[in-house]
Amino acid sequence: MSRLKTPRTALYALTMLLSGSALSSASGAGTLTIATVNNGDMIVMRQLSREFEKAHPDIHLNWVTLEENVLRQRVTTDIAMKTGQFDVVTIGNYEVPIWAKQNWLAEIKPDAAYDTSDILPTVRDSLTVDGKLYALPFYAESVMTYYRKDLFQKAGLTMPEAPTYEQIRQFADKISDKTNQVYGICLRGKPGWGENMAYVSSLANTFGAQWFDMSWKPTMTSDAWKSALNWYVSAMKADGPPGATSNGFNENLALFASGHCGIWIDSTVAGGLLFDPKQSQVADKVGFASAPKGPYGKGPTWLWSWSLAVPVSSHQSADAQTFITWATSKDYVKLVAAQKGWVAAPPGTRASTYAAPEYLKAAPFASFVLNAIKTADPNGPTAQPRPYTGAQFVAIPEFQAIGTQVGQTVAATLSDQMTVDQALASAQSSITRALRQSGRAR
Amino acid sequence: MQAVLQHSPSSEVSSERRKNASAKRTGFLLLSPSVLLLLVWSIVPLVMTLWYSVQNYNLVDPTLHGFAGIDNYWYLLTDPDFLHSLLNTFVLVAGVLAISVGGGTLLAVLYDQDFFGRGIARIMVISPFFIMPTVSALLWKNLMLHPIYGVYSAMMRAVGLTPIDWLARFPLLTVMMIVAWEWLPFAVLILLTAVQSLDGEQREAARMDGADPIARFRYIILPHLSRAISVVVMIETIYLLTVFAEISVTTAGGPGVASTNLAYLIYSRALLQFDVGGASAGGVIAIIIANIVAIFLVRAVARNLEA
Amino acid sequence: MAVKTKTSTRIGVTILGWGIAVWLFFPIFWMFLTSFKNEIQAISTPPKLFFMPTLSSYAEVFERASYWHFTLNTVIVSVGATAIAIALAVPAAYSMAFLPSSRTRSTLLWMLSTRMLPPVGVLVPIYLLARNTHLLDTCTGLAIVDMLTNLPIIVWMLYTFFREVPAPILEAGRMDGASRWQEMTMVLLPLALPGIASTALLSLILCWNEAFWSLNLTSSHAAPLTAFIASFSSPEGLFFGKLSAASTLAVAPILVFGWISQKQLVRGLTFGAVK
Repeated sequence: MSRLKTPRTALYALTMLLSGSALSSASGAGTLTIATVNNGDMIVMRQLSREFEKAHPDIHLNWVTLEENVLRQRVTTDIAMKTGQFDVVTIGNYEVPIWAKQNWLAEIKPDAAYDTSDILPTVRDSLTVDGKLYALPFYAESVMTYYRKDLFQKAGLTMPEAPTYEQIRQFADKISDKTNQVYGICLRGKPGWGENMAYVSSLANTFGAQWFDMSWKPTMTSDAWKSALNWYVSAMKADGPPGATSNGFNENLALFASGHCGIWIDSTVAGGLLFDPKQSQVADKVGFASAPKGPYGKGPTWLWSWSLAVPVSSHQSADAQTFITWATSKDYVKLVAAQKGWVAAPPGTRASTYAAPEYLKAAPFASFVLNAIKTADPNGPTAQPRPYTGAQFVAIPEFQAIGTQVGQTVAATLSDQMTVDQALASAQSSITRALRQSGRAR
Repeated sequence: MQAVLQHSPSSEVSSERRKNASAKRTGFLLLSPSVLLLLVWSIVPLVMTLWYSVQNYNLVDPTLHGFAGIDNYWYLLTDPDFLHSLLNTFVLVAGVLAISVGGGTLLAVLYDQDFFGRGIARIMVISPFFIMPTVSALLWKNLMLHPIYGVYSAMMRAVGLTPIDWLARFPLLTVMMIVAWEWLPFAVLILLTAVQSLDGEQREAARMDGADPIARFRYIILPHLSRAISVVVMIETIYLLTVFAEISVTTAGGPGVASTNLAYLIYSRALLQFDVGGASAGGVIAIIIANIVAIFLVRAVARNLEA
Repeated sequence: MAVKTKTSTRIGVTILGWGIAVWLFFPIFWMFLTSFKNEIQAISTPPKLFFMPTLSSYAEVFERASYWHFTLNTVIVSVGATAIAIALAVPAAYSMAFLPSSRTRSTLLWMLSTRMLPPVGVLVPIYLLARNTHLLDTCTGLAIVDMLTNLPIIVWMLYTFFREVPAPILEAGRMDGASRWQEMTMVLLPLALPGIASTALLSLILCWNEAFWSLNLTSSHAAPLTAFIASFSSPEGLFFGKLSAASTLAVAPILVFGWISQKQLVRGLTFGAVK
């Protein structure tokens, strides 16, 4: 295939060059530029988009696939400066409400056949502002606990359906076998608001901690934060893998899939990858449970959806909406199932996916994930009243800055450059500065 | 000028002056396209950067706007991370320069010796210079130094040691090694050329005099290399001051701010936090620092270059 | 006795020379090797030196991204930027070397200092300028930026080469009634050709590997190989094999080119150090 394509592409490019069109930026009418993340489900979307082009011969698709951080920079710069390079962007439910309020996103009005009511309500709500829908969910995730059944069996342990953090720590200590490079627990350590801080925020919530009090004063030096971060640091030091400060979701996924992790608490979307024997060496040994609870036990729960939106700066809004309704439709889910198998279907978005008996059969974690997402309550109450929404993030524009800085500070505790107390004090002062700078604290 | 004058026939004074004026004009005309372009290229963004640096301008928060006065500078200069990043910038530049000049000189002398397969060995040594910074950072992070899968870790385990978690324990040092790996070959390239140009007779004479290899190196080779070393220092400093891709790929400036240099700090302000005002203030400070470095560096190096 | 020390030194030099070469080259070799592994082999511990090679990683890379599109953009941008920069720098360096004024030195130093500030500091202004001139995501725009970032070094290098050309030769040409233009093209350029060639080579290498502007000023049409790498750098799932294959593809052209032109590069990189 690729051998055939190669010379033709080169020839095409050469013609473009000779005619000088390679030097002009004007994209032809009917060409949609789609910016997306290099995650597995998006790569499948790109492959299957040939079907879309077949069905819509007047729309040509142009893909920009980038690593998450780079993508976020490119998309944010483009949309904030109203450049209009992208007709479809892939963003999360953190960005959607904020950007919608700034009038950066076009309202999406899918037709009746799209069946908006089929989208899981929690997910739909997270993309809706003032009753208007601004993005369509491509896949959605909450958080859960993965563990290795074989290791638990060997150690004579059983994972409860709803474990506590105290139990998790005991289990991790017992199944750790560092000489054979089996690490009791893997958690995100790579700094970033969408990496370690996503996990640490949800950990803090269930320990009764929160980012701000009602007067927007950061509460990082509270006892709840201290105990949450202490749990994290001591568990990771005792039972975590080396190099944890470089491990985000993807790195931990690779570690777990290659048999190096005993327990992993992370996004529900990993299920489809861990249970797929083509991508995982432990496909038959994975067990799962709900996310552990801390002393507080309640708190807002993690909800993230990678969604497709159309910037108002796009010149081809109508075509772009046609594409995103296709890529998030029931038919698309069926197309993925037919071509890649049901286990690869994009999870967490549509009730109809979970009603398909084939999916339930192929994905043993399906009903579990469905329940996790249905009950996800990112706006739920924290131990003390709070002025913001969001579970694994704070739904304010400043959070990218705050999360990035605090993420680094937290990573520094894992590498022994700071103690937990120092880190929290430093986080407190950097958040205070950031809020003063943005004027929110005034 | 002198050189030209010496060889010009000394005819009439007025024609000489006319010639002189025309030479000046020609010189100016020939130089101006480059100078004008660079002037536009550096002044226009500089003015815009200065303007933004006194504005409240955050890409993701358009509600925040208006004149900020010196706020952006104040927040940057009082940020504890700022001093840290400044220090890291200098450590990184100095470290890589030391490795590449020191190592480069030794390697240049080594690869000047005749040995079996020298041509191929030389090509292997200079190869890292052709590798993209992003690729070399990914390569070192994932395939070489990864504490579980990395080749170096496997080697350490094979001899019974615990693999080192390089990027967490020695972040700045590791970044320095990766950058040095890219730039050492460049130093070797230039220094080798210079060593080879050393007159064979000079060396032979020194050997006859009974000078031991160290003295030969110290008194004959090293002085001969001083100019080439200046060149290496000059060019590498230009690039090392703005090292960014290697940091972003491997440590993202962390843990903490352990491997954040000024370029990465500004990057983090501009593209992770989208604070254009703050990043512009950082940019202005970087421009000032660049000019200070340029003055010092050029003073030190230029003497050698003019010789 | 003397012969004996000589052989032992020689053996020592050979071992040392090869040892360091292998050590420095090893990461590149390992990347190449890993690109022929499947994902499971690529992360096996301990790493495998011998295995059944497969092209699956390459197949996947080609399936996911149009490699040739990215490569062509990189080639256009690097060659374009280098050509324009040389065309601008030759007259400038000529003027500095043969028609110096009191400001020549400070001009040169100022040029070099423009190169020392972190590009990200001026990202927003440049991005806005590129957008307003419709140069965003075009090879032209990127080539202009690459050209301007490399111009100071190119001027400087050419200046050092030109200074090596003995003025009497040029003078002789002028005596014969040659114009400045003829002097430059007929006399100077042939003499300085090795220097110009290696300056161009260096500029090509630097443009090829430029990673900041190429990522931020392009999206799809003009996206070069650095953007190609950014789509493989840290994806979901196991990626060492694909990353190695993509990296090998991205560096192979310039690496091979560098190997071939290595002699020329070395010959020219004298910066006037050879007397």
